[in-house]
Amino acid sequence: MKLALGPLLYYWQRDAVFSFYDAVAATPVDIVYLGETVCSRRRELRLADWLSIAARLLEAGKEVVLSTQVLIESGSDVTTLHKIAEMSANGDFMVEANDMGAVHCLEGKVPFVAGPHLNIYNVPTLQWMATLGIQRWVMPLEMGRDDLALMQQGRPAGVQTEVFAYGRMPLAFSARCFTARHCNLPKDDCQFRCIEHPDGLMLRTRESEGFLVLNGIQTQSAKVYNLLPEWGAMRDLGVDVVRVSPQAQHTPEILTLFHSAMTGQTSTDAAMQAMAGLMPDLACNGYWYGKPGLEQLATQPELV
Amino acid sequence: MELVCPAGSLPALKAAVDHGADCVYLGFRDATNARNFAGLNFDEAAIATGIRYAHDRGRKVLLALNTYPQASSPEVWRKAIDRAAQNGVDAVILADPGLMAYALKHYPELRLHLSVQGSATNYEAINFYHRHFGIARAVLPRVLSLTQVEQVLDKTPVEIEVFGFGSLCVMVEGRCALSSYVTGEAPNTNGVCSPPKAVRWVETPQGRESRLNGVLIDRYADGENAGYPTLCKGRFDVGEDKNYYAIEEPTSLNTLELLPKLMKMGVKAIKIEGRQRSPAYVAQVTKVWREAIDNCRDNPHRYSAKPAWMSGLDKVAEGQQHTLGAYHRPWK
Repeated sequence: MKLALGPLLYYWQRDAVFSFYDAVAATPVDIVYLGETVCSRRRELRLADWLSIAARLLEAGKEVVLSTQVLIESGSDVTTLHKIAEMSANGDFMVEANDMGAVHCLEGKVPFVAGPHLNIYNVPTLQWMATLGIQRWVMPLEMGRDDLALMQQGRPAGVQTEVFAYGRMPLAFSARCFTARHCNLPKDDCQFRCIEHPDGLMLRTRESEGFLVLNGIQTQSAKVYNLLPEWGAMRDLGVDVVRVSPQAQHTPEILTLFHSAMTGQTSTDAAMQAMAGLMPDLACNGYWYGKPGLEQLATQPELV
Repeated sequence: MELVCPAGSLPALKAAVDHGADCVYLGFRDATNARNFAGLNFDEAAIATGIRYAHDRGRKVLLALNTYPQASSPEVWRKAIDRAAQNGVDAVILADPGLMAYALKHYPELRLHLSVQGSATNYEAINFYHRHFGIARAVLPRVLSLTQVEQVLDKTPVEIEVFGFGSLCVMVEGRCALSSYVTGEAPNTNGVCSPPKAVRWVETPQGRESRLNGVLIDRYADGENAGYPTLCKGRFDVGEDKNYYAIEEPTSLNTLELLPKLMKMGVKAIKIEGRQRSPAYVAQVTKVWREAIDNCRDNPHRYSAKPAWMSGLDKVAEGQQHTLGAYHRPWK
């Protein structure tokens, strides 16, 4: 099984992004997804900057994939999409398509990754998507292991499966920016306030329980999805790639712990103990067991 | 411009038809549609009666099969397509590509609409479904501004349907798993959001609390109107800001005043939300919108949303208030 780092979901200062990926280059991660997937107003990095980061990572022996924006609304969003598709067709890099508009620009021209928000929930849809040239698909966040097992049985030959296995989950997208709303600013004049919150803004219930994280137009889980204890089950199900999602702190350590556990250098229990102090919030794994996503269940043996 | 109205039951369907709906949309009584609520929707007999009632009066019936077939039971959704075709519905409203491929293969004559749950927010996405499945119409998610709607219309041969009135999803439809994060069930997978079985009302010394699977969604002081705990419409704390609608107020979308612009742009149909609402709601909203559309078509330059229409709609609106939502840029 390979280890991937998902796209950076937050808005950071340019220098911070470059140093982050310098550190990532030194970890045992195999695949790195790059690019702005959340908001087109975030412009600390231009496409050319992402490409220079890609070059550094390639040099370090990583596979690089460029992810497209999840919510594509404006004409200029579509123009960016066309540019990315064209570069991919030239063989510059592979693309993770995060909406069907991106799929339309890539299909039949070049292999691509079907991202986690394309809503591939069943075998007939996976098989149909495979005819368009997907090399890999990322399981929807909501999908549990029992459904994944069925998907794997019906998976077409040559298509890899990736699972979002660590991080705060990107649960929802909106036209509205909740960070700007919090600051009483209109989105068109947001003053890029999300750059002040490198791990997003915590939304709490009126009992002060951490519930969701506001990240611009994206809403995330406060709890951290952590499927490290399930890595053996994922391997047995034929999962090809395990995805870790970036945070401002400790991402290289998390990647290293996943790698150590998955290669048997560290026991899973020891890796989980080491992670306890590195996670930004409590762990959850409910989705994996077909339960509410925020629940944390004891690891259970696989169903036969 | 067609007026597309909701029906969660046979009486609601009749109310829609009697008050001037051009099309009525409905769903089967199971998880194949995005309003999978107890006591709602149509069994075999009701759907046949409903279709006859509508067709006798020259109206159309659209069937929503707009959840995503789940890995363990794709055949349930396929059988729903079979039943829809056999019942003679005028179109099916779908979100899942695999299901569209099935419909096209087995019922090439069946008219396909792309559901709002398909999350197609740009012309490339809409044209994707058109190219592969020949979809005749797409329902736009409630995230685009008027200018963006126009940009889509310019670049696609597909008919465009937009939401005109009803409860407002602040998230992109088809891209929201908040409900399953809290309750295990969500629109994509189960056709529900913040399902009633997960709701608990608790009287406490601090006030009346609404909880969703234990998570505190809102707390109401004495005399405050308590709304249904849809989880994105609760009051929360963010930083120093306490107790505010951090995501969205309980409010309804109402685009009556935009009608001339939408008509001029070439929007083909206006959708009214609310299959979970009563026949009285359907009657009231259909009546107002019928009058407005006719008025706007006959006198587009002199059209304005009449105060009586607005107050008639506010009476049945969520939170008794309305918004232009994403059509109006500052909302974002």
